Amino acid sequence: MATEIKPADKEMLTQFLLRMGDNTLILGHRVSEWCGHAPVLEEDIALANTALDLIGQTQLWLGYAAEVMDDGKTADDIAFLRDAWDFRNLLLLELPNGDFGQTLMRQFLFDAYQSILLPRLMKSSNQAVAEIAEKASKEAAYHVERSAETVVGLGDGTDESHRRMQAALDRLWPYVGEMFVSDDVDAAMAAAGVAPDPASLRAEYDALIGKVFAEATLTIPDSDFTHKGGRNGKTHTEHLGHLLTQMQWLQRAYPGATW
Amino acid sequence: MAAARLPGRNVVTDREHITAGPTLPDVAQVWDWLHAVPDPEIPVISLTDLGIIRGVAYEDDTLIVTVTPTYSGCPATSIINLDIETALRGHGVEKLELRRQLSPAWTTDWITQSGRDKLEAYGIAPPQPAGGPDKCPHCGSQLVEKMSQFGSTPCKAQWRCTACLEPFDYFKCI
Repeated sequence: MATEIKPADKEMLTQFLLRMGDNTLILGHRVSEWCGHAPVLEEDIALANTALDLIGQTQLWLGYAAEVMDDGKTADDIAFLRDAWDFRNLLLLELPNGDFGQTLMRQFLFDAYQSILLPRLMKSSNQAVAEIAEKASKEAAYHVERSAETVVGLGDGTDESHRRMQAALDRLWPYVGEMFVSDDVDAAMAAAGVAPDPASLRAEYDALIGKVFAEATLTIPDSDFTHKGGRNGKTHTEHLGHLLTQMQWLQRAYPGATW
Repeated sequence: MAAARLPGRNVVTDREHITAGPTLPDVAQVWDWLHAVPDPEIPVISLTDLGIIRGVAYEDDTLIVTVTPTYSGCPATSIINLDIETALRGHGVEKLELRRQLSPAWTTDWITQSGRDKLEAYGIAPPQPAGGPDKCPHCGSQLVEKMSQFGSTPCKAQWRCTACLEPFDYFKCI
């Protein structure tokens, strides 16, 4: 996956790859917390499979990030040996799972984003990014099909399931905007043709979720307030540290352990 | 998309290797050996049936086997690599390198016809472009319904036959 990289662009590209990989890593971990706890067996298996796809994508993104960083680290080192302030995932993805409806609502909000972003990345000027996106976009397409279907099923379901899905959307909506807040890293990636400016994805995203929420009889909150600080690592929520104590437990208890 | 194999039967470059020390197996022979390596999760089909072996070639005297993953997180991937290595080393291949290829991304179109037949005989409905099984692999009824988009491995979904009432795996079409 060798692609010539100018040293000046290395730091920006690394940040971009960490954002991609940390998103799938942190959501993959959150979703895996459901393993053995889902309301029915089929959903348990579906959640575990989704988590597995996300962790697989993480290996590709962070594996390439390690290659770009070129300082002897591996994808595992990046996942297990960093602390909260080094993570670059969206705040949305580190929030606790809540109930099953909230988990699937978050999944849909993220799947919808990935299903729009990844096909654009397939046209990246960076060959490795394009190849990872090609692989991941097939999985994302499958994920959004399921999460959208579940959001519709539960939103337009019983009174209780509708109430819970609306509560989940109200709770998570203030975290959606962060996906589209552009900064210097995004500008550098857009200028180099590596990735689109995330702000340019918003219209398509709003159209997709608008269609699904209409069918689900759910109302998008009338507020554009946005929590941010995950993608740039400036202000994570208090939940990320707790997540890492679980995810990184083995390396913290037995530093350097391998098998 | 029979591109899965149709391997190097017409690749004659191995002749030049014959003079260089021990004889290297020709590429067609290597493909034949790989035909016999079962998928670790669905042992009824081979790795070549699955269409994940993307290339067999020599670079100097090193045998390069190029493999593409089915799903990026499929836990079988590392076992598959181990099985390929074990099989080929067992046939005396000494210099071997496995390469991962992500693009073009694996598609179920690369599963061979014989692979599809073997899946169905085993009770797994083969992938269909329509996005669901065309019939129950047990009784042949077309009265089937989806139970879950996911199944026992990343590549499968769970369906059920409403005629014979048996649940079955469906190989997802991607």
